[in-house]
Amino acid sequence: MANAISDEMIEYVGILAKLELSEEEKEAAKKDMGRMLDYIDKLNELDTSGVEPMSHIFPVNNVFREDVVTNGDDRENILGNAPRQKDGAFQVPKTVE
Amino acid sequence: MGKQYETVIGLEVHVELATKTKIFCGCSTEFGGAPNTHTCPVCTGMPGSLPVLNKQVVEYALAVGLATNCSINQYCKFDRKNYFYPDNPQNYQISQLYLPICHDGWVEIETATGKKKIGIHEIHMEEDAGKLVHDEWEDCSLVDYNRSGVPLIEIVSEPDMRSADEVIAYLEKLRLIIQYLGASDCKLQEGSMRADVNLSVREMGVMEFGTRTEMKNLNSFKAIARAIEGERTRQIELLEDGRKVIQETRRWDDNKESSHAMRSKEDAKDYRYFPDPDLVPIEISDAWIAQIKGKQPELQTEKLSRYQTEYQLPRYDAEILTSSKHLADVFEEAVKLSQQPKEVSNWLMTDTMRLLKERGEEPEDLSFDPANLAKLIELVDKKIINRTVAREVFAEIFENNVDPAQFVEEKGLKVVSDEGALRDVIEEILAKNPQSVADYKAGKQKAMGFVVGQTMRAMKGKADPAVVNELVKTMLENA
Amino acid sequence: MSILELTAMELGRKIKKREIGVVEATEAALAQIKTLETELNCYVTVDEEGARRQAAKVQDKIDGGMLTGPLAGVPMAVKDNICLEGRPTTCSSKILKNFVPAYTAEAVEKLIQAGAVILGKTNMDEFAMGSTTETSAFGETKNPWNLAHVPGGSSGGSCAAVASGECFYALGSDTGGSIRQPSSFCGVTGIKPTYGTVSRYGLIAYGSSLDQIGPVARSVADCAAILEVIASYDKKDSTSIRREDCDFTSALTADVSGLRIGIPRDYLGEGLDEEVKTAVLAAARELQDKGAIVEEFDLSLVEYAIPAYYVIASAEASSNLSRFDGVKYGYRSPNYEGLHDMYKKSRSEGLGAEVKRRIMLGSFVLSSGYYDAYYLKALRTKALIKQAFDKAFKQYDVILGPTAPSTAPRLGESLKDPLKMYLGDIYTIAVNLAGLPGMTVPCGRDSSGLPIGLQLIGDCFKEKNIIRAGYAYECGRKYEMPKLAKKAAKQEVR
Repeated sequence: MANAISDEMIEYVGILAKLELSEEEKEAAKKDMGRMLDYIDKLNELDTSGVEPMSHIFPVNNVFREDVVTNGDDRENILGNAPRQKDGAFQVPKTVE
Repeated sequence: MGKQYETVIGLEVHVELATKTKIFCGCSTEFGGAPNTHTCPVCTGMPGSLPVLNKQVVEYALAVGLATNCSINQYCKFDRKNYFYPDNPQNYQISQLYLPICHDGWVEIETATGKKKIGIHEIHMEEDAGKLVHDEWEDCSLVDYNRSGVPLIEIVSEPDMRSADEVIAYLEKLRLIIQYLGASDCKLQEGSMRADVNLSVREMGVMEFGTRTEMKNLNSFKAIARAIEGERTRQIELLEDGRKVIQETRRWDDNKESSHAMRSKEDAKDYRYFPDPDLVPIEISDAWIAQIKGKQPELQTEKLSRYQTEYQLPRYDAEILTSSKHLADVFEEAVKLSQQPKEVSNWLMTDTMRLLKERGEEPEDLSFDPANLAKLIELVDKKIINRTVAREVFAEIFENNVDPAQFVEEKGLKVVSDEGALRDVIEEILAKNPQSVADYKAGKQKAMGFVVGQTMRAMKGKADPAVVNELVKTMLENA
Repeated sequence: MSILELTAMELGRKIKKREIGVVEATEAALAQIKTLETELNCYVTVDEEGARRQAAKVQDKIDGGMLTGPLAGVPMAVKDNICLEGRPTTCSSKILKNFVPAYTAEAVEKLIQAGAVILGKTNMDEFAMGSTTETSAFGETKNPWNLAHVPGGSSGGSCAAVASGECFYALGSDTGGSIRQPSSFCGVTGIKPTYGTVSRYGLIAYGSSLDQIGPVARSVADCAAILEVIASYDKKDSTSIRREDCDFTSALTADVSGLRIGIPRDYLGEGLDEEVKTAVLAAARELQDKGAIVEEFDLSLVEYAIPAYYVIASAEASSNLSRFDGVKYGYRSPNYEGLHDMYKKSRSEGLGAEVKRRIMLGSFVLSSGYYDAYYLKALRTKALIKQAFDKAFKQYDVILGPTAPSTAPRLGESLKDPLKMYLGDIYTIAVNLAGLPGMTVPCGRDSSGLPIGLQLIGDCFKEKNIIRAGYAYECGRKYEMPKLAKKAAKQEVR
């Protein structure tokens, strides 16, 4: 495999993606990602110099909203799916040390 | 003699824009409100929801960019900044990295050391995060998304400042420009203007910059000044000890007057920015720019010179009156109604400033109707009340925005200029004080002052002093 | 003939003529669901009560003349990544198991206005990531033509349900072929419209720049009628396109004379199953016989679409799916210590292997130092692919080819080798990258009886060309129901 994914890299990507992988999963992920990147490297065969990266297919610009309040209090619905809530707020483990 | 160090400071200033609604949804931006009552699927990151850009945000950002001499990226985009934190409901913030709306501008500041231009690297638009409150009872945090999605601009300066004075002058300047544009109220205490300080030190004469740190949590100009001094000292001490400054983000604790590093191994600082596929690019035509320029209100520097020429105010007065957009608005409205710029200026410069100071408030906090000040001036002018009473009435206007005419009427504060009534009072005083009459007749002018004073006291200040003077003089001579 | 063998349009007409009641049609579909679900598992949620209530309401409106459209009263199903207010919407993921949205997707809203009766939410690959519907957290869906085979994916539940009479039509979503490939595997018709034609508001995003909602049905005519209803300019979706040409049913003319059809030689090469190739070329000949001008050409860049797609889709997915964190909705791990541990445990326990694989890949290609080499490179490749299609559409009105290189694989075969599974999307993926409309129409079955799909690709905004070609091909053919479904379908048309 041309793209050997190191343990550190898998660890790092896990931190970015907030995923915790078991040792077994890590090994599988290293293999899968390496193979996938080898395959993606096929793109290097293409000369793309001078080609603008294309995010949007259509040249549509300037889609705006007017600055008018359209929403009222919808707290009940917004909190309806919260795994934990308290006093009208979403409850999470404490964020300050 | 130790080494001499120079402080190099750049600022990242976040300003909450004065839109009615959030940047990507129709929720109100109103301050306060019970937790999560100003939220919808978009600003709480519900699956399947999509953002739509508030046009007013672009217009405010453009206005600020143009007023700070920026170039405009006439094709700009939004990018996603990816990081996990509960105040950020999507776990990405919609911001601008690759093509910010404004770049390469400047503002001029003036400090004791003279005038100087501070460069603006860029201004970009982004969304604010929600609020986290620590719950002591359950040792957890509570998330309120009312602020989530409130529009911000971030103004990134060049590292052009060298002292806390310059930093404060720069912030004051930005605040004035933005307030005058109506783009934000820029209140540091309430967080509608927030500044992060990037600071490094280097030996005098050295060209390269030192390693910088970023200081967060600065809620007042005083805190900023203290944090700059604290961080400067800390970095110099490190260097003097032969140690290195680490590039990091530090949190300023203004109570302890010290900072600590905000570090976490779970925090990779790799934001994986990429263009937000849910939002389309913004194309800003020359016509749109011209239109925003055309709508630009009179800014502080222009007002300052106009007040001196049009109203003949001294520069010092004009500076104070224009130091807050709100104060200038009050001034102009009261002048429009009263046609007495000097009088209005006096009321604002003296009694208003004193009352604000006593209350520890800012000119932005003034809440009275300028029409009431104009009415007060008219009452004095028409001699319906005298100045002493007027100051009492003004305190009521300042505090409770009372209608002065009505207040004077209700409290019976009108000047008594009815000669008959005054004559009775003076006669009584002269009868009680034969010595004064004798002194006056003997040529002692001071005796008249005593009688006038006694009369004013008896009238509880409501008599017209000129009328009292005239009458006392006549009656003494004829006694 | 059973009611359940009718197309949506046929049923709509009979409802209008009072030959079939809405409640009756709904009950027939619910009965079919009851009989077949234990075997097929097309649905994540069946809403019997809701459907019955809605059926009665719609019948009243039809009787009152308030509903007159061709789809009024026709029972249908919605893929489970499309939000429906008050009903669970799970994306077939454990992490959204109990999620009940407070709003309805714009496309569904349009269908409800047109008198749709929603039977339930259909199974899919978790978060639409997969080509087999085996990555669902709620069990795989089986192919109604052969229970040992997959229905394709990710809209496998929708396609299998349409094929087997568990609904009359369905909504799917297509990011890299997720409507066309399972439609092909299940022997039904599906359209992925031009990007921006159907609002994405309420569609739980996988790859935002590629995702489109589209119809799955038993005929081209049905698909055209459904698309006509769901296509709309939506102010809530910034990428929604204002179109004036959404009268898709006007293209149901069965006339292809002069229509220029190109077959990319690159779509007929190595890796293509011989039986599929034969069926597709036979379909092309049929269109030629009906007056179309058919020729082969070189499209180029075909082999670069999959790598570019996996970079772009995974990158967007890594960001889109970061909101599933156990804070606002969905699954939160019961055991954690502190905030970051809660994030990690909730996501690791709540998301499946394929989803994690793509999130990891996406996080990697966007990470510091790799963004240019992978992400921007993929976006540049996308631009070149778009150019290749632009060039092709200067010569042709329609590009014709297979939908997939083979018929439906056996259950359990594909997930062993993810990369091999990804390669199965070779003919569909470029269409998403270029924002084009694409359709699959059944064109026969292979020797083991599994359906083969013919793919028709149009230029942007030219759905009418592919509808025209597809309709012409379909005319004279009758929708064929898989045996097991036909056996179960008892309610005869009176």
